[in-house]
Amino acid sequence: MGRIVLKDVAKSFGDVHVIPPLNLEIEDGEFVVFVGPSGCGKSTLLRLIAGLEDVSGGVIEIDGEDATGMPPAKRRLAMVFQSYALYPHMTVRKNIAFPLKMAGMDKAEQARRIENAAKVLNLTDYLDRRPGQLSGGQRQRVAIGRAIVREPAAFLFDEPLSNLDAALRVGMRLEISELHERLETTMIYVTHDQVEAMTMADKIVVLQAGRIEQVGSPLELYHTPRNRFVAGFIGSPKMNILEGAEAEKRGGHAIGIRPEHIAPSATTGTWKGVVGVSEHLGSDTFFHVHMDGRREPLTVRAGGEVSLHHGDAIFLTPDEEKIHRFDHEGLRIA
Amino acid sequence: MARAVTTNRKVVSTVFGWAIAILIFFPILWTILTSFKTEAEAIASPPSFLVFDWTLENYSTVQERSDYFLHFMNSVILSLGSTVLGLLIAIPAAWSMAFVPAKRTKDVLMWMLSTKMLPPVGVLVPIYLIFRDIGLLDTRLGLVIVLTLINLPIIIWMLFTYFREIPGDILEAARMDGASLRDEIIHVLTPMAVPGIASTLLLNVILAWNEAFWTLNLTAANAAPLTAFIASYSSPEGLFYAKLSAASTMAIAPILILGWFSQKQLVRGLTFGAVK
Repeated sequence: MGRIVLKDVAKSFGDVHVIPPLNLEIEDGEFVVFVGPSGCGKSTLLRLIAGLEDVSGGVIEIDGEDATGMPPAKRRLAMVFQSYALYPHMTVRKNIAFPLKMAGMDKAEQARRIENAAKVLNLTDYLDRRPGQLSGGQRQRVAIGRAIVREPAAFLFDEPLSNLDAALRVGMRLEISELHERLETTMIYVTHDQVEAMTMADKIVVLQAGRIEQVGSPLELYHTPRNRFVAGFIGSPKMNILEGAEAEKRGGHAIGIRPEHIAPSATTGTWKGVVGVSEHLGSDTFFHVHMDGRREPLTVRAGGEVSLHHGDAIFLTPDEEKIHRFDHEGLRIA
Repeated sequence: MARAVTTNRKVVSTVFGWAIAILIFFPILWTILTSFKTEAEAIASPPSFLVFDWTLENYSTVQERSDYFLHFMNSVILSLGSTVLGLLIAIPAAWSMAFVPAKRTKDVLMWMLSTKMLPPVGVLVPIYLIFRDIGLLDTRLGLVIVLTLINLPIIIWMLFTYFREIPGDILEAARMDGASLRDEIIHVLTPMAVPGIASTLLLNVILAWNEAFWTLNLTAANAAPLTAFIASYSSPEGLFYAKLSAASTMAIAPILILGWFSQKQLVRGLTFGAVK
């Protein structure tokens, strides 16, 4: 079980309000991702749930029980840190055993759980090594092992993949997703990487300046972003935002159109521009197009290879159905 | 590219280095040599350097006159006792200042260090009177307390510097894993800080071993360590250079040997955090 409810939870450091009162419900077994730019308070929010920081106001409930004043260990939550935070003087086995030892579990049960975790995480051969002798990916697996042996109510991940190289990151992402499928335990995952958020989450919480901008499934956020911030943050490359005549024509103060919803052509189209940079990936081609009256280039994505290069004229046709409209405050117009 | 160094330069630097080292070491060498001379040779002018009648007589006289091993044991007990007691107090203190600093933590640290700037003689009389009244004069316990207190600022500073280098994440991980504050300090922090604690311990043992002001003023016979043992040779009966040298050699030998074997640890300890 791991249902976590935040009621009016707030945090301030002195006069600085890092997190104004916010409400959030996390269902048992859900994979929830907190995403937002750095400094948006996502890690602070996670640390409040973990109990590593005290709330300035509000209530945190775990499985219906008020956990606001509980010390971290009593909350039955396990945390995986960005820096792995392994105990460097202990072997992998002792690292994984540490929470069990602290809980006073008997040796036989400890050994059984460690064996299990090691098998699941492919660490059996490394149990007697020290963290210093392991690669980044292995260290991260040890950190996860240390979390799963406790059979916690929920897992908290604080940017766990940020220190890994790109290839390893994709692999570990899959491993964590698989682990979630298998354990069916609540997971709260903090990242600034919207690709991680989109690929892993059941539910994404987009944060900015401590405020929740939107909560929803990855596709809800992609298709119906509540405001310009979410629209710009979710999706890669970023959504293009246009203001002025084009927006007014379509009944908004600003309009947003994703790069994949604009069709490029060498001959005809609604808008005309000049290719600034073209990125040819084989599977896709990205164009950064300069248009009259716009300072920022418009990003366009075309499937497959399209032979247009720097300086070429390009015609663009947006998919009118997929255009998002926003009002003066940046809120979505339905 | 590494800087090119000519052979000439190397020779000059080497000679220069050795010259400085010998200059600094010379008084100790002279003391050791004098301890093997007779009293007459010790004050002879011009002094003889290596060519004299080598004798162990001074050592046996010194041992007969005053019990070296009693003072040696006192030195061991005082330096180890004050160091262990100091560490027991300093580890939690440094922990709290490194990991849960308050607004005034920096000030507290500076204040502690400032106590080292006070001339000890300024508080000698009150401390002497207090010790006399509660019966701590010339006791090992009393000296252990005094030595602990005078070295505590340095122990706390050194440990604080070490602890600050330990990532807070690891201690938070321990907290998440169910460790109490005690578990956190015993099972996680202390083992990780072993190199730092070891060099703090070594330095403090040396400082306590060499401490002469308090040990001379607060002891008579029972608790007197080796510093008092040396001092007793500049006595009313006159100055016996050879015997004084023998006593000094016997007193500094243990700490010199300890220092020699632990120099790597000491250098690392004293320069920790300077270069990352």
